Order: sequence, then structure tokens, then C-alpha cells
Amino acid sequence: MLKTMNETLHEASSKVEAGGAEKYHEKLKAQNKLFVRKRLELLFDDDSYKIEDGKFANNQAEGLPADGVVTAIGKVNGQKVCVMANDSTVKAGSWGARTVEKIIRIQETAMRLKVPLFYLVDSAGARITDQIDMFPNRRGAGRIFYNQVKMSGMLPQVCILFGPSAAGGAYIPAFCDTVIMVDQNASMYLGSPRMAEKVIGEKVTLEEMGGARMHCSVSGCGDYLAATEEEAIESARGYLSYFPSNYKEKPHKEEGKLPVQGRSLSEIVPENQNVPFDMYEFIDGLIDEGSFYEMKKLFAPEIVTGFARIDGKAVGIVANQPKVKGGVLFVDSADKAAKFITLCDAFSIPLLFLADVPGFMIGTKVERAGIIRHGAKLIAAMSDVTVPKISVVVRKAYGAGLYAMAGPAFEPDCCIALPTAQIAVMGPEAAVNAVYSNKINEIEDPKERIKYVQEKHQEYKEHIDIYKLASEMIVDQIVSADDLRAELIDRFTAYESKEMIFSERKHPVYPV
Amino acid sequence: MKEVTASMAGTVLNVLVSEGESVSAGQAVLTLESMKMEIPIEAAAEGEVESVNVNVGDFVNEGDVLVVMK
Repeated sequence: MLKTMNETLHEASSKVEAGGAEKYHEKLKAQNKLFVRKRLELLFDDDSYKIEDGKFANNQAEGLPADGVVTAIGKVNGQKVCVMANDSTVKAGSWGARTVEKIIRIQETAMRLKVPLFYLVDSAGARITDQIDMFPNRRGAGRIFYNQVKMSGMLPQVCILFGPSAAGGAYIPAFCDTVIMVDQNASMYLGSPRMAEKVIGEKVTLEEMGGARMHCSVSGCGDYLAATEEEAIESARGYLSYFPSNYKEKPHKEEGKLPVQGRSLSEIVPENQNVPFDMYEFIDGLIDEGSFYEMKKLFAPEIVTGFARIDGKAVGIVANQPKVKGGVLFVDSADKAAKFITLCDAFSIPLLFLADVPGFMIGTKVERAGIIRHGAKLIAAMSDVTVPKISVVVRKAYGAGLYAMAGPAFEPDCCIALPTAQIAVMGPEAAVNAVYSNKINEIEDPKERIKYVQEKHQEYKEHIDIYKLASEMIVDQIVSADDLRAELIDRFTAYESKEMIFSERKHPVYPV
Repeated sequence: MKEVTASMAGTVLNVLVSEGESVSAGQAVLTLESMKMEIPIEAAAEGEVESVNVNVGDFVNEGDVLVVMK
């Protein structure tokens, strides 16, 4: 009996939906990976519509269902999103001409609809056999990256990396706002270990050179290290909940929650400026319980960056972590904070700076690494923010550390000091040494010398006393740590109507 | 063999463990002083201290091995 047209369609459709050959599905299971359509199911809301284009792409060729990529529109937390998702059961998720065209088209759709775009990446890279049709041309792979740059700051771009993203493909995560990586499976590299051995003679494992853990802790290319694919997808859904659909909209508000029960904030912050404490505990006491989504937790942990809710409203927090490297700012910490600040500003997420910072690191190592230009990058990013910006001096804020953490000169909407705040060019010990070192060395009696130094310390501390600074209106308010949350709720509400244009020009010349 | 290295350049302020001592993951094994701050240096994993390679007052650079564990 002849098949009806509907039966033919149904069969062809099911064939595409099944993806690559059975043996590649077996391989997925062995790698603890999920099939691309299962990933989409987990990403989208249960009852959400799923619109798919290019499903029959390359159906005339054998064994290339959907040409190895699914492109769709669906909903995440009720928000409309576009998605591209590689199918690694089809030629290892490699890119042919139609794969690239599909990716470009879903990007164009996202731009027209002004909605977030997710990249679910698991791809071996270009299909060398197809290179003339997908590599150098106007609508070749280069256009994907061009579009990504164009969309940056227009709409959220989220990458979940499930497998490799090799060579050119590694730029998809690089141009996204955030990259969530699955431990053991995700990798990013320009040249594979095999290529590295052939071309430069280096012997190295994939994990060492481009593994997820390496990228999330050393290179800074990864933002979130997930143990499983399910966790990675859940994390991406959580991330998006802080974001509006595009730069014209504002993040939505949820119902506020009280902070987690714990020690009072004034108990957490030690008065002795040199003694470390855990900034996470301080943050927990300020924000709605369970609302913290941290970015780059494992990278440059001396600065903490993350989204949270305060009375239900989204904020981006940038906080020094005195427990790690004394909270000193390094090349990587400056980089990390600069990107985070730019991300928040792009999508109207107000910023909260919590300063306890001895300054930028000094010494040969960091100077050679360009700490000045990296620090400049952070200060530039923080300066041209036009979202509500609150600076809280929790404890010390010395030198350019004060500047980097949105100090008074950088037009925060307010600079709030806790009673433990100490603002100065440098700490008392360093300052007394710098100013009086000749005099100190001249005093021969050790007891006399110590007495002299202590006197000078005392004088210096009085000189930079926080009430004195408040009297000079350097800080706008002094607030007990225990009242800080209430103060922030009021102030973020008050600053909601903020509108400003930072500067008149085409664009800044970035100090990178 | 596991090495505990300096997270940043600084001076050894005090050494909190001695050879043969058992150390748990996350335990501070010594304190550096850098940028006028006390910087606790913690063991990444549990183990026994094989040797302490530095003395109080030594200058160490980022990455220098401070304590060797077994």
C-alpha cells in the first residue's frame, strides 16, 4: 500500500528527531551526555511552545539530520528565548554549510525579537570537507561571531558548553555573556593536544590544556563549573532569571525574602583591619535567602561577583574577599570585575559595591603582567556605569582600591560607610613608614622607636577618622552593618528612576 | 606528593604546622603578611606534613612551595 503524504512527513520528521546513528547515542550515554532534544526539554518550561526551523536542513544527504544543529524558540521561566543546540550524534556536531546558516538565522531571529539567545555547544568544529561553503564566505562561520559581537549588550547571550568547542568554535563561548561548563566533558581550545604536539612539540592532556575546570579556575573563560548536564541547564535557567529580555527592558521583581538566619553583620566584620573575614557570610546577611548566583566563583576568588535579590529586586554585587589574598586586587580580579560590571550595566541590573580592599597588588610580577592597564580597565568599566550604583565601604578602602570600588569621585548614587570603614591613600602602617621612615630610623632606643611609631599611627588614624570624613561629606552616610540591608532597600528603590548619559562620543577607547 | 604554594608574594608571618603533623583540607598551614594584610594559606587536601620549606620572615613569591605534604 502506498504511504499517504502525512505518513511520509511523519516518518521523515521522526527520522530527523532521532538524530544520528544508534552507536553515537550509545557513545553519548558512555560520556554521561544527554541527547540534544533532551537538553532542550530540560531547558524549556514544561508547557512552553517549541518552534523549530530548518528541521529538514540537509535531509537529502544521508546521515545528517537537521545538519547537526537544532534551532528553536521556546520559553525559560516564562521568558521567550531563542536557542541553537549542537547534536553531537551527527558528525560529532560539526558545522556544515547549513549548520552555519541555521545558526546565523536563529541569531537574526533573536535580534529581530530582541530576546535572549542560548548556545548549547557540543561540536568538533568545522567540517573540513565543507569548508568552502561554510568557512570564508559572507554567511560563513565568521558571520556567527560577527553577529555575536553585534548582539552583545543588546540581548543576553548564554553558553552552555557540554562538549568540545574547538578552534574557531571556541569563540562562541568567548563572545557570550556567560559560559557554563560541564566538568570532564566541556573543553575549549584553539589547537587540540594532538595539534600542539605536532606543531609546537608540547605534550599535554586535553583536561590540562582546555578542560572545564582549568577554564573556570585559571583562564577565566568559564563562569560556572557544573558537575552534570542537568545542573548546567538548571544553572542557565537560574542565571536568566536575573535578566530582562533585552537592553530596553528592566529585570523583573520577585517577592522579597528575608536573609538566611545567622550572625549579625556587625559581628562578622572584625575591627582590626588586618584580620580576614568571610565576605560570603556578610553577603548572605544582606540578601534574600538563597538568591545568590555567583559568577566565576573559582576564578580570582579575592573578588566576589554575583547576582542576588534584595527585597526581591535583582542587584549585581562586587565585593572584595578579605579571606583570599587579603582581598587585594590582581590582574585577574580586575578583569573579572570589569566584565561583570559591564554585564550588569548592559541589562539594567543595579550595582552594589562592598569594599574591604588594601589596594592593587604591587611587586615585579604584577607590574610585568600589566596590572596598571588591567586596573584601568576595571576603573573604566565601573566609571561608565549608568545603572544605580551604591558604594559601601565595609572596612578598609585604600589607594586605587577605593577608586575601583566606586569611591566618591566615581559618582556612585551614594557612598555609605560602616563604622568600621577606613578610607585612605594607604593603611596606617604603610603611611607612617612612608612619611617618617628617616625619623624612625634615627631613634636609637627601640622602646622609644616603638612609642614614636605608635603615636604616629594614632595621629594618622585620627586624621582619617570616618566621622571626620563624613563631616567633610566625603561619605554620604554612616550606617551600622545591622541596618545596612534596610538602608539598601530604601536606596535602591529611590534610585530606580535614575536616568543618565555618561558621556558624549562614539565609544570609549578601552584601556585593555 | 602535594605542595602548598604561596597564593601571592609576601613575607612569612607565622608557621602553624610542623613536620609529621596531620592536616585537614582547608586548614591554614601558615600565614603570610602581604600588603599589610594577614593572608592565611590553606592546604587544598588532607595529608601529613612532610616538610616546611620556609621560615618566619622569609620573602616568598607567588607560586613558591611553602609546605610539602604526603
